[in-house]
Amino acid sequence: MTQPTDLTLADARNALRDRKISSVELTQAHLDAMEKARALNCFVAETPVQALAMAKASDVRLAKGEGGVLEGLPLGIKDLYATKGVHTQACSHILDKFRPEYESTVTAQLWRDGAVMLGKLNMDEFAMGSSNETSYYGPVASPWLPPKWTEDNARSALASDKRGLLVPGGSSGGSASAVAARLCLGATASDTGGSIRQPAAFTGTVGIKPTYGRCSRWGMVAFASSLDQAGPIARTVRDCAIMLGSMAGYDPKDTTSVDAPVPDYEKSVGASIRGKKIGIPKEYRIEGMPAEIDRLWQQGIAWLKAAGAEIVDISLPHTKTALPAYYIVAPAEASSNLARYDGVRYGLRVPGRDISDMYEQTRAKGFGKEVRRRIMIGTYVLSAGYYDAYYVRAQKIRTLIKRDFELAYASGVDAILTPATPSAAFGIGEKGSADPVEMYLNDVFTVTVNMAGLPGLAVPAGYTADGLPLGLQLIGRPFDEETLFSLAEVIEQSAGRVTLPKPWWN
Amino acid sequence: MSVDQATVRRIAHLARIAVTDDEVPHLAQELNAMLAFVEELSAVNVDGVEPMTSVIPMKMKLRDDVVSDQAGADIIVANAPASEDNFFMVPKVIE
Repeated sequence: MTQPTDLTLADARNALRDRKISSVELTQAHLDAMEKARALNCFVAETPVQALAMAKASDVRLAKGEGGVLEGLPLGIKDLYATKGVHTQACSHILDKFRPEYESTVTAQLWRDGAVMLGKLNMDEFAMGSSNETSYYGPVASPWLPPKWTEDNARSALASDKRGLLVPGGSSGGSASAVAARLCLGATASDTGGSIRQPAAFTGTVGIKPTYGRCSRWGMVAFASSLDQAGPIARTVRDCAIMLGSMAGYDPKDTTSVDAPVPDYEKSVGASIRGKKIGIPKEYRIEGMPAEIDRLWQQGIAWLKAAGAEIVDISLPHTKTALPAYYIVAPAEASSNLARYDGVRYGLRVPGRDISDMYEQTRAKGFGKEVRRRIMIGTYVLSAGYYDAYYVRAQKIRTLIKRDFELAYASGVDAILTPATPSAAFGIGEKGSADPVEMYLNDVFTVTVNMAGLPGLAVPAGYTADGLPLGLQLIGRPFDEETLFSLAEVIEQSAGRVTLPKPWWN
Repeated sequence: MSVDQATVRRIAHLARIAVTDDEVPHLAQELNAMLAFVEELSAVNVDGVEPMTSVIPMKMKLRDDVVSDQAGADIIVANAPASEDNFFMVPKVIE
């Protein structure tokens, strides 16, 4: 047999069912891999005792022929999901030593279905970032070697400040890197503007942000509540389908979660796409886009056509307004959500002259630079005199962005195919230090989907000339994740499964 | 619209984030860069467009008006940086 960590989640599930491996063996193999990969900085907290206890319990259930859909499968959890008694800080200093007394709905459902928790994954602070460089716990390195680097180059960079190594993307950088480095079979992630799809594209993994309301947000640390949505990152389309089936579902504790049955997503993997109408939006052909991204896109079109899909050109005229409108809506909601961190009820407290000074000192010390910047811009656009000019206008533009998609779907389009990112992964320390907007442009293709509340999936589809993975994005109708899984499976099969980098970091 | 240093201080105070004198000019520059980035939105015609309130149309559910949270006071204050007798401790606010 191959290494247990090389198994996909679906293969591991089958091996467990057939008693070819035990959950304890599978879990221990992942714990060992995590230990050897600590320098990548994927995990901010490891929970080996809990993991092995959960694995043991799974083995008992499996021996009796019982067990849920994820029985005995070791997963990583993004640090923004509340996990009872375990490190939960959204990788911020302001949640210093926070240990929730409750479990998020999404993770509770994973444990209900038998999954095993390996630990908590690194991320951009409060999910604000596209490279995992804003984390209080430091950047995460991608397991992919930078172009023309030797393993020795990479090992010495890993031992120092990681500069020049590739970012895994963000904000779910720890999730994407851990999945690509085979430290877990799958990971929870979350997506407010592209935080599942961009890191998946950067690391040759698959990620889906489901429709807004598909998963409960209860127990997830809030960034921008009208945009945030949970989703998985895993190594294959099928693995994502299996995980989403467990994560999704109605929760009375989140009034924005939708009371609708969760389909068996795995059934849609491998289903025919014959006759599906795929829209190609001309506005996604942006100025300065590398030729290899365009070639990838054309290749994706050809694959779907060959599998029987019908390709149609569409127009989504408000596409270019999405990113600026997002940088009003998201910071505005963040400034409100993050007002709760006051040094009184939980987390960090920095003493001050009086209570007001205590708030100000605590928040200055507890929030990182990017988070402070976004809170301030959010406070500004919501302040008296600017509310209508910025916030209300941005929400009107959001209506227009959603209407573009509605018109495309009303014309019979089943799904939309676009590139996932405007480039492959870049180096740690390379972007955004002088101009924050440079970093924001990473999300130019993904942010529209959050603004419209739609499901979006990133699937690896090819490589740059330098051998770095590139992804395509599929955008679906509301609550039609099934079509995305069917289409993505065609792309995955046509492109051939990604060959993940050998563990040079060991 | 552009942000001057006095505005940065006002916004920082509204956001309850302490800023040092050294930080203010740089922050003004960064906020202005972001405002310049979103400036193109002012050219979009939004006449007669309703601002979005709910991205997915859904009916708000109501629950019965009963006490449902069974957490005890000790659990509520478990993560407080300072607490005593199940109260949150803060600096004196009333003279």
